[in-house]
Amino acid sequence: MASGQQWVLVEMVQAFYEAPAYHLILEGFLILWIVRLLFSKTYKLQERSDLTEKEKEELIEDWQPEPLVPLVSKDHPPPKYDVVSGPTSHKIIVNGKECINFASFNFLGLLDNERVKNQALTSLRKYGVGTCGPRGFYGTFDVHLELEERLAKFMRTEEAIIYSYGFATIASAIPAYSKRGDIVFVDEAACFSIQKGLQASRSNIKYFKHNDMDDLERLLKELETEDQENPRKARVTRRFIVVEGLYINTGDICPLPELVQLKYKYKVRILLEESLSFGVLGEHGRGVTEHFGVNIDDIDLISANMENSLASIGGFCCGRSFVIDHQRLSGQGYCFSASLPPMLAAAAIEALNIMEEDIDIFRLLRDKCKHIHSALQGISGLEVVGESISPAFHLQLEKSTGSRELDVKLLRGIIDYCMNRQIALTQAHYLDKEERFLPPPSIRVVVTIEQTEEELEKAASLIKEAAQHILQHTVLGH
Amino acid sequence: MLIRMTESSVKKLSNGDRCYRTSNGVKPGKNGCVKNHYLHQKQHCYPEEKIYHVAHNGGLYKRPFNEVFEETPMLVAVLTYMGYGILTLFGYLRDFMRDWKIEKCQNATEREEQKDFVPLYQDFENFYTRNLYMRIRDSWNRPICSVPGAKFDVMDRVSYDYNWTFKYTGKVVKDVINMGSYNYLGFAENHGLCADAAADVTMKYGVGVSSTRREMGNLAKHEELEKLVARFLGVEAAMAFGMGFATNSMNIPALVGKGCLILSDELNHASLVLGARLSGATIRVFKHNNMQSLEKLLRDAIVHGQPRTHRPWKKILILVEGIYSMEGSIIRLPEVIALKKKYKAFLYLDEAHSIGALGPSGKGVVEYFGLDPKDVDIMMGTFTKSFGAAGGYIGGKKELIDYLFTHSHSAVYATSMSPPVVEQIITSMKCIMGEDGTTFGRDRIQQLAENTRYFRRKLQEMGFIIYGNNDSPVVPLMLYMPAKIGAFGREMLKRNIGVVVVGFPATPIIESRARFCLSAAHTKEMLDTALRMISEVGDLLQLKYSRHLLVPLLDRPFETTYEENEE
Repeated sequence: MASGQQWVLVEMVQAFYEAPAYHLILEGFLILWIVRLLFSKTYKLQERSDLTEKEKEELIEDWQPEPLVPLVSKDHPPPKYDVVSGPTSHKIIVNGKECINFASFNFLGLLDNERVKNQALTSLRKYGVGTCGPRGFYGTFDVHLELEERLAKFMRTEEAIIYSYGFATIASAIPAYSKRGDIVFVDEAACFSIQKGLQASRSNIKYFKHNDMDDLERLLKELETEDQENPRKARVTRRFIVVEGLYINTGDICPLPELVQLKYKYKVRILLEESLSFGVLGEHGRGVTEHFGVNIDDIDLISANMENSLASIGGFCCGRSFVIDHQRLSGQGYCFSASLPPMLAAAAIEALNIMEEDIDIFRLLRDKCKHIHSALQGISGLEVVGESISPAFHLQLEKSTGSRELDVKLLRGIIDYCMNRQIALTQAHYLDKEERFLPPPSIRVVVTIEQTEEELEKAASLIKEAAQHILQHTVLGH
Repeated sequence: MLIRMTESSVKKLSNGDRCYRTSNGVKPGKNGCVKNHYLHQKQHCYPEEKIYHVAHNGGLYKRPFNEVFEETPMLVAVLTYMGYGILTLFGYLRDFMRDWKIEKCQNATEREEQKDFVPLYQDFENFYTRNLYMRIRDSWNRPICSVPGAKFDVMDRVSYDYNWTFKYTGKVVKDVINMGSYNYLGFAENHGLCADAAADVTMKYGVGVSSTRREMGNLAKHEELEKLVARFLGVEAAMAFGMGFATNSMNIPALVGKGCLILSDELNHASLVLGARLSGATIRVFKHNNMQSLEKLLRDAIVHGQPRTHRPWKKILILVEGIYSMEGSIIRLPEVIALKKKYKAFLYLDEAHSIGALGPSGKGVVEYFGLDPKDVDIMMGTFTKSFGAAGGYIGGKKELIDYLFTHSHSAVYATSMSPPVVEQIITSMKCIMGEDGTTFGRDRIQQLAENTRYFRRKLQEMGFIIYGNNDSPVVPLMLYMPAKIGAFGREMLKRNIGVVVVGFPATPIIESRARFCLSAAHTKEMLDTALRMISEVGDLLQLKYSRHLLVPLLDRPFETTYEENEE
C-alpha cells in the first residue's frame, strides 16, 4: 500500500513538471481561493446529530437488534451428525452399526497402526498432552524440530514449518505473503481453507475455470496488458497462483507442468495445497510434484495437512527457507496459536517412517483406487467424478432434480442404504452460503489401503444397488 | 505476541487495531499511564491501601477490583526512545555495510531463476527483524524437551553468527523453573489421572480422526466433552473445536456479517481480530477495558446507525477477553454486562486465559465476579492453558450451539479433535469440578490464587513496575528498554529460570516487558527462588523503576477510537 502511494506521488511530481504555465497559475489561484475560503469565515457545519439527549434515549429505546442467531422453526430441526463410537479406523461403528469405513481420509491406514500409536504413547509419557504455549514462548519441543526436519527431508525441500491445525495452514500461509493490492489467481474449485486465506489476505482475487489453463492464461495476459499501462505499479504488485494438487471438491489433479510453464512465462509464484495428494501421489508419496516429475523448487510453497495420509493432526508448509522462514513471524496460525501437542508430532514422525520404509503402499493405494473406480462406472443415475487414481472421489447425480435439497435427500438415501449394509459413506458437506462456487451435492468415496478387494467390490455393488433402489424409486414416486 | 515486525505486522499495524497503540507510544508523557480511568478515583500500588471500586460502580462489583498501571517514569521513557534511536541508526549503518558487501549478508535469498519476479518481500519491511529482532532472537522459540510443568528442560543452543542460525550442543539445561507456560492449573503432566486416561484412549483410538465433525469424525467422545463443558460453564450447550485460534476466527463470521457492528477491545488477541475481519462486519475499537469509551461507541452506533445509509445496525457484538495476556488485566465484566443489557448488544467473551484460572471453582471470569453465565451470550475459551490440552470451545444457549453445529466453518471443513486430547480435557475438567471424588482440582485453584497474590505482592515490594489485576495469574513486569529485553531473558535463563519477554509490536513501543505466568504447580520454594533471581537481575539491570506513585487520574477524551470497514 505504502509503495503504491509513493508511486502516485512520483507521478504527481512528474505531472507538475510537465504542466503548462497557465495551468499552474490557474491552480495556484484556486489554491489561494480555497485558503481564503478556509480562513475568511467559519461555517457552522451541520452537526452529525443535533438530537437532544431525550431523542437519543428514545432511539436507543426503540432499537431492536436481530436475534443473535436466526430462529429455527420447529419443523426444520438442525441436522443430526452421525455418531461414531470408537475409532474412525477401517472398521467403524456409526450410529451403533459396525461398517467398513469409506468416508474418512485415512488413506494409508495409519490411524490405527500399532507403531504409530506406540510412538504417540511414548511421547505422551514424556511430554504430557498439551504444550501450554505458542511456539515462541516455550511451546517449541524437540519433537517439533525433528518433525519439521523430517518433513523437509521427505519432501526434499530446504525447510518445513508445522501448524497445529490443518485448516489453519494454508489459510495462514496465503495472507503471510499476499497482501492488499496483490493479485491472486485461484482455481474455482479451490477448497474452503484457501478461500478463507484469500479473504484474510484482502488481495485482489481472480478466479479461473477449474483446471482450465487457457482461462488462466487469458487472465494472465489481461494482467500483462494492465502492467504495460502501469509499469510502476506492476513492479510492486506480487502475483500468485493458488492451486490444489488433488482437488478435494472434484477429485481432479492440477496440470502442474503447464502451471510451471505459465509461472515462468508470466512471473507468477505458485502456492500449492497438497492436503489430499501428499502421501498419495508419486512413487514415494511426495505428492503432485513427484507425480508429474516437476522440480519441487519450481513451486514456491507447498502446504498440506497431516490429518489425511499421516492420520495425525495439524499441517505443514514446505519450500525454500527464503519463503518458509517468513511464516515464523508472519503466519498468524503459527505465531498466535498453541503449538501442536508433541504426541501428535511424534505420531506424524512415525507415520513418515512407515511411508519412507515401504513405498509399496502408494502403489497399492493407486491399484485400489483404480479398482473401485472402474467397478463404479456405468451406474445409472450416478456419475463418478474424479481421477481414477484419486483416493477421494465423488458420486454425483447424473441428473439433478432441480432442487439441491431434494438431491441431498436422495444421496442421503443412498448413504443410509449402504450404511445399513455395513458400508459407511458420507456426503461431501459444504456451507452452501459461504462457498464461492458451490460444488454440486455428492457422495465422497474414500479409498484406503486397508480395504480388501472384496470390500471394494461389495461397496461398488451396494452403491449400484442403492442407486437403483433409491433413484428409480423416486422417479416412480414423482 | 512475539517481537516481530515483518511485512505483515507492519501492514497489520497500518490497518489493524494495534496501530493507534503504537502511535500513542510515540508521545512519552501519554504512554504507560492509566489504562482504565473510568470511574477511578485513586489507585494504589499497595493492596493494603486499596480503595475499593465497589463504591464507585453502583454496587456492580461484589469484590474489590484492583488494577494497576503505574505511569512510565519520564526518564525511562526518554532513555527507551534513545535506545530505539541508536538501534535504528546502527541498523541503517549495517544495512549500508551489507549493501556494500562490507558485512556478510545472512539473509536467505531468492532463487536465481526468480530474481526478476516481483520481490516477495519489500526490503524495508525486514529492517526491524534484521537489525533489532535478530540481536535478541535467542530469547524466543527456545526448544524444550520435557513436560512444560513447573520445571522444564531447555535444549542448550549456541549461535556463532549472531543469532542467524542456532546450533544445538546436545546438552540440556535441566530443571529450569518455568515461568513462561500457560500451565495455570498444572495439568501439563505426563503421569497421573489425565495422562493415564489419555494413554488408554491413544491405544484405543489412535491419535487422528481423518474426517470432519459433519462427515465421519463426530465421535461419541466429542459429544461427551461438549456436554461436560456445558455443565462446567453452566450454559445450555457447548461445542468444541480443534484449535483455540480457529475457534475465534472461524466462528465469529458465522454469528455476524455485513450490516452488523463489532465493538472490539483494542488489545484483543489476533484471533478475535481476524475473526472480526473475516466476518465482513464493521469493526470499531474501544480503549482497553474502558467502559466510557465502550458506552460512547454503543450510544453513537445506535443513535447514528450505519454510516452513510443510517440504517439501524442489525446487531452489535462486543468482543472482550477475560484476562488480557499481555496486560494481565481482567475485564470489567459487571460493567460490560450492564452496558450490553442497556444497549441490547451481544457479548462475546474470550476466556482463553481466565477459564480455570479465575473464580473459586475455576469457572472463569464470570464466576470471579459472581455473575450469571446466561448474561454472556457467547462464552468462548480454550483448552490449551488450564486444561493442559489443545483446542477451544464455545458455550451458550441451545439455539446458538445448534446454529453453530450447522454453520460453523470448523465443523464442516476442519478435522475434528484428536481423541487423546479430548480425553485429557474430560479428565482434567472433571478433576476441576471435583467429579473424580477428590479435592485435587479445588486445591489447585486455591494454590494458583495464593501463588498469584504472593508473587505479585513480592514483586511490588521489590520495587518493580508490574501491570494488571491483583488476581490475575499473568504478571507483566515492565522492562521498557529494548536492550533489557534480551538481557533479562538471558540473565534469567543463566539462573535457571525460564521467562517470556515481549516487545514491540506485541506491546507499545516503549512498554517492553517480561511476563510471568503462575501455575498451581509452582511450590513456594520455586517461587521464592524465582523471586530471588528476579530481584538479583532486577538490580543488575536496574529494573526496579517503581516509585510507588499513585496513578494520576486522567480523564482524557478518547478521540483515538476508530473504525475499520470491510470493503
